[in-house]
Amino acid sequence: MRSPPTTRALPAALLLLAALLLAGAAGPAVAAQPDEGEDATSVGGTVRAEGDGVPGVRLFAELDGEQVAETRTAGDGTWRLELPGAGRYRVTLDVDTLPEGTALRNPDRNPLEVDLRAGQHRALLFPLGERAAAGRGTLDRALDLGVQGIKLGAIIALAAIGLSLIFGITGLVNFAHGEMVTFGAAVAFLVNVSAVGPRWHLLVAAPIAVVAGGLFGYALERGCFRPLRRRRTGLIALIVVTIGMSLFIRHVLLILLGGQRRTFADYAVQRAASFGPVNIAPKDVVIIVLALAVLVAVGLALQLTRTGTAMRAVADNQALAAASGIDVERVILVTWIAGGALAALGGVLYGVTESVSWDMGFRLLLVMFAAVILGGLGTAYGAMAGGLLIGVVSEVSVVWFPVDFKLVFVFLALILTLLVRPQGILGIRERIG
Amino acid sequence: MDLVAVLLDASRAALGVPAAAYALAAIGLNLHFGYTGLLNFGHIAFLLVGAYGTAITVDAGGPLWLGVAVGVLAAVVLGLVMGLPTLRLRADYLAIVTIALGEILRLLFRSRPMQPLTGGVRGMEGYADAFYAANPYTAGARYGVGALTFSGNTLWVMTVGWGLVVLATLLLLLLVRSPWGRVLRSIREDEDAARSLGKNVFGYKLQSLVLGGVLGALAGIVLALDRQYVNPDFYLVVFTFFFYTIVILGGPGTLAGPIVGSVLFWFIIQGTESLLRQAINQGYLGGLIDTTDLGAVRLILAGTALVLLMVFRPQGIFGNRRELLLDER
Repeated sequence: MRSPPTTRALPAALLLLAALLLAGAAGPAVAAQPDEGEDATSVGGTVRAEGDGVPGVRLFAELDGEQVAETRTAGDGTWRLELPGAGRYRVTLDVDTLPEGTALRNPDRNPLEVDLRAGQHRALLFPLGERAAAGRGTLDRALDLGVQGIKLGAIIALAAIGLSLIFGITGLVNFAHGEMVTFGAAVAFLVNVSAVGPRWHLLVAAPIAVVAGGLFGYALERGCFRPLRRRRTGLIALIVVTIGMSLFIRHVLLILLGGQRRTFADYAVQRAASFGPVNIAPKDVVIIVLALAVLVAVGLALQLTRTGTAMRAVADNQALAAASGIDVERVILVTWIAGGALAALGGVLYGVTESVSWDMGFRLLLVMFAAVILGGLGTAYGAMAGGLLIGVVSEVSVVWFPVDFKLVFVFLALILTLLVRPQGILGIRERIG
Repeated sequence: MDLVAVLLDASRAALGVPAAAYALAAIGLNLHFGYTGLLNFGHIAFLLVGAYGTAITVDAGGPLWLGVAVGVLAAVVLGLVMGLPTLRLRADYLAIVTIALGEILRLLFRSRPMQPLTGGVRGMEGYADAFYAANPYTAGARYGVGALTFSGNTLWVMTVGWGLVVLATLLLLLLVRSPWGRVLRSIREDEDAARSLGKNVFGYKLQSLVLGGVLGALAGIVLALDRQYVNPDFYLVVFTFFFYTIVILGGPGTLAGPIVGSVLFWFIIQGTESLLRQAINQGYLGGLIDTTDLGAVRLILAGTALVLLMVFRPQGIFGNRRELLLDER
């Protein structure tokens, strides 16, 4: 079940900016609104199954054994119980109202007891899903997760190539690269799902998103980074600029997309099928094949085409490349376009396999950093190797370690690589200290 | 539109506890970024360890002063852990490592295995009672001028917060005018030159990181006392960039910069929010955005400010451009 899309068109972003500027002048003075009182005491959350909100689930709260509030989840699975004030509440999810085939992951964490102060809002989680499949061995689980890891790793690798190449060629660490990923998914969402879009099939929406991602990369380079290079803006200032851009783009997307996680109209829910010993959804097979094929194609293009060779030459030694007649500015522009397109493709694929949300790229950003640093910052092959390694290792770690630590391991890998072998697995030694 | 209400909201925010705490954190970050040229993107982690050091100690039965001491000590340890392996890295790598360390701490504190100690995603509360018991003002009364009033409890936190800001500024005044401060600035301008003069660049950077981190931890404690509730998700990466906006707004490498920056930041942010809220409630914006989007607007403003300031006025409003040349690779 998916909530009706309420996304507003991209032009709204521009209007919004205009509105921000004009807001001060808007409208005549009207009598004061009454002050909003203290926020009401409440609990709330979202009931999700496999990323989708589950509507119509009944929840109720009790105080001293008396029911004081009751609600049902909305279309997107969100719920909120307004409570009379401070106290120790017992919040129960009515298991009978869950749809067929879903169950609480931790039945012993229902009902939940919660202490609230007056005016406090507390989020409560009732995670749904199958309990860890009993009867399947550790090896089978590791195998399943390994395939999931290859899928995520290939997506991360795709998305991170641009980050790595742009660093290699211009020395810029682009903290807004995550937003290039989100941008791709958002464009596909706009075309595929949104009420204001044409609602074309995802197979049409995805190429549009990739083209839009390339244009976005072009716009960033021509509109922002080339002028800044001309002004000889320094490295630290540029990093701070990308941070500001990242904040700006991400939160404009938050306003446009809303805070929920969404799915595309096609391929949203698929039951896993068995391929030999591995359980995997068919769409994930397609994603793996597609992503690996694109990775190979990028590798071949870098190796065999003139532009690819020029890119590697500029990344290796800009002055020498310029001296031997390579148009460095053009190579930089092509890199931004290609990086933007690949990031957008990564975003679309991630949206298909997980979900589309305003902060998906930012959540991937540090993982992408880990991938490119592990593989060797500045090279495309490093991003590929690092992405696959990070994906597989972090997913399979769940077999032995709590899932909470998955990202911790990824970030530790990033830090340890910088300390022990800062040039990465495939990088060539250079001074970074 | 009720512009008086907007001005009131904005002024209340500019004087309030968050402005004080953010100023304090920004003073610490200014020492890193403005004076030493360290691109610390994990500053929020210092606020986290300060707040949790206090909360966990009091939760375990310790007195509040011990909690504050533990919080500060935790910041010293974090500064050393963060700095010892990473300060030899170039600025961009340092940024990535510090942002990753900040996220690692947040993820660890909210993880289920840590829940007995940190409360996990539920957070912790009830550690601030001793602080409010020592409140010299009347808790229920309102203090202030005209319509601009604060409750006794809020005023007590504000007193402590702004008091710490003044103390920290005085401390920095003495430090940055000393030979120690001159070495810091020389490291910012040209690390190799400082090293070739026989200065232990690494040691100075580490001292700067630890001292600024302690100020960050104190800011975290002030915020935690005000909220009386800590949750790991209060310590997201984005807040570090609020501090950067404040430092750059006020002028990196200036003493008054973080204070001016924080007051301005909160005045602008809260004023805009209040203005937009009125405009939305009266339907002027025609459903373009609604009140739930106001949190996003706050970050859009911060992002825009960062880009524009960094491109057109990197010395901030009051900074001196010639003073600040932290542009070399």
